[in-house]
Amino acid sequence: MAKSSIKIRAKVKKGEAKVKCLISHPMETGLRKDKKSGKLIPAHFIQEVVCEHDGKTVMNAQWSGTISKNPFLSFEFTGAKAGDMIKVSWVDNTGKSDTTEAKMK
Amino acid sequence: MNQNRRVLLKGTFAAGATGIAISAGLLTPKAVLAAWPKAAFEAKDTNAALEASLGSSSTTESSDIKLKAPDIAENGAVVPITVTSDIANTEAISIIVAKNATPLSATFNLGATTNGFVSTRIKMGKTSDVTAVVKAGGKLYSTSKNVKVTIGGCGG
Amino acid sequence: MIKIATALSVMLIAATPFAAQATPDDDLKAFRSYFTKKFPEVPVNDFINGVYSIDAASREQWEAFEEFPSYEISIDNGEEKFNKKFANGKSYADCFPNYKKGIKQNYPYFDTDKGEVVTLEGAINKCRTDNGEEALKWSKGEITEIGAYLASLSRGQKTNVKVPNDAKAIAAYNRGKKHFYAKRGQLNMSCADCHYYYSGSKIRADILSPALGHTTGFPVYRNKWAGMGTLHRRYGGCNKQVRAKPFKSQSDEYKALEYFHTYMSNGLEINGPSQRK
Repeated sequence: MAKSSIKIRAKVKKGEAKVKCLISHPMETGLRKDKKSGKLIPAHFIQEVVCEHDGKTVMNAQWSGTISKNPFLSFEFTGAKAGDMIKVSWVDNTGKSDTTEAKMK
Repeated sequence: MNQNRRVLLKGTFAAGATGIAISAGLLTPKAVLAAWPKAAFEAKDTNAALEASLGSSSTTESSDIKLKAPDIAENGAVVPITVTSDIANTEAISIIVAKNATPLSATFNLGATTNGFVSTRIKMGKTSDVTAVVKAGGKLYSTSKNVKVTIGGCGG
Repeated sequence: MIKIATALSVMLIAATPFAAQATPDDDLKAFRSYFTKKFPEVPVNDFINGVYSIDAASREQWEAFEEFPSYEISIDNGEEKFNKKFANGKSYADCFPNYKKGIKQNYPYFDTDKGEVVTLEGAINKCRTDNGEEALKWSKGEITEIGAYLASLSRGQKTNVKVPNDAKAIAAYNRGKKHFYAKRGQLNMSCADCHYYYSGSKIRADILSPALGHTTGFPVYRNKWAGMGTLHRRYGGCNKQVRAKPFKSQSDEYKALEYFHTYMSNGLEINGPSQRK
């Protein structure tokens, strides 16, 4: 099975979860030229990132290609306890996607 | 409002993988992608982008939003940005880079239990004001900071 | 003809006094003392963080990256590739039996039997070719992922390069030292001009990093490359920046330079892989 493109570090302190994600993705805007061929590299970027906890969406991020390559995302939410699972998923403009679950420490 | 689960499409990011990730409460792929506000992200000026993304372009300057961004970006391709909103009922945070070809960089829609805090790394084409726009209680608030993007001497 | 050659060689030896007299350890002491005097507020081990040890504004941005650095992806990929067996059933662990304890701090070393400098990248590819696998490209890609994994296992270990009392080893060390101090390129600048004499000063909007601690953080995720690269990849870039013709990665010249350059950071902790601008 292919490795996930999403790395998650999540900690819970006093009911508040702090989540950090690092995602492997080229995040091409579609405006960059290939140095060798001179052709435009087609747009290929994550459009949406969703994080779910306990059946609810805690974060829904909508992105353009101007989010950096190998994007980083951090956010916080309450009502969490250590040991809870969270699920992070993304969809890009070509229709590709990935999802990962992680246990919060 | 019930936040829908998403169905995850065709395969994982690794090319050629055949696994299909499905979660309960399905939405079709087209509907998922249709939720992405294309007009907002393709808008070439800030006001049009805000109208399309958050429904309005009229913002009030607020000191309750802290925007952490470098004075001089080490590299315009990866500029770390952190937005903290102390405004009650913050429901969305957008990051706008006025001088980028398409100013709207991202919009973060927050759940009811999610703090008004977000951190990410953005691309900046040149020196520009970076604006954090917060949607709370149906109104828009903002704060800006000028971030310089320079030509380094060490090929950076 | 012989008379001229002898005269020339006498002149050359006379012109490079340091080659004949100072030992690597003398050089190391002088090098370290130069930088600790120049930047007295920087604890000596902090030099491993390059410009971030001498500039607060860029340090803040670097600390934001360290929250979840881009090179973590390479460490994971490197670990996976390191553990994958070769077609013949052997693996990298057979070539590097002590890898878990950390091995990067011992590279580069001088192989007195073969009479050559051995870099970590060189050892990685030798392991591959000895086991029937194709060698990896030297500057980017998979070799940096394996390098990142091995560096991560060495974090905290002190750089420990040795120059044995062997004529060829000393010659390689001196060749590297000469490269560091020699002017080159259309801009007629040496490594030392930027990273020794003018370290801490600005070149356009960049601050020049001190050469002390330069090598500990490799392989490096460079924001400019939007990817990982080896020390030799950076050497090539630096040579090009002074408009000198770059040498090839893992050429004798760059191996010699790495030998000297890394020796100058002996005693400093490995902190690779690292993220830099």
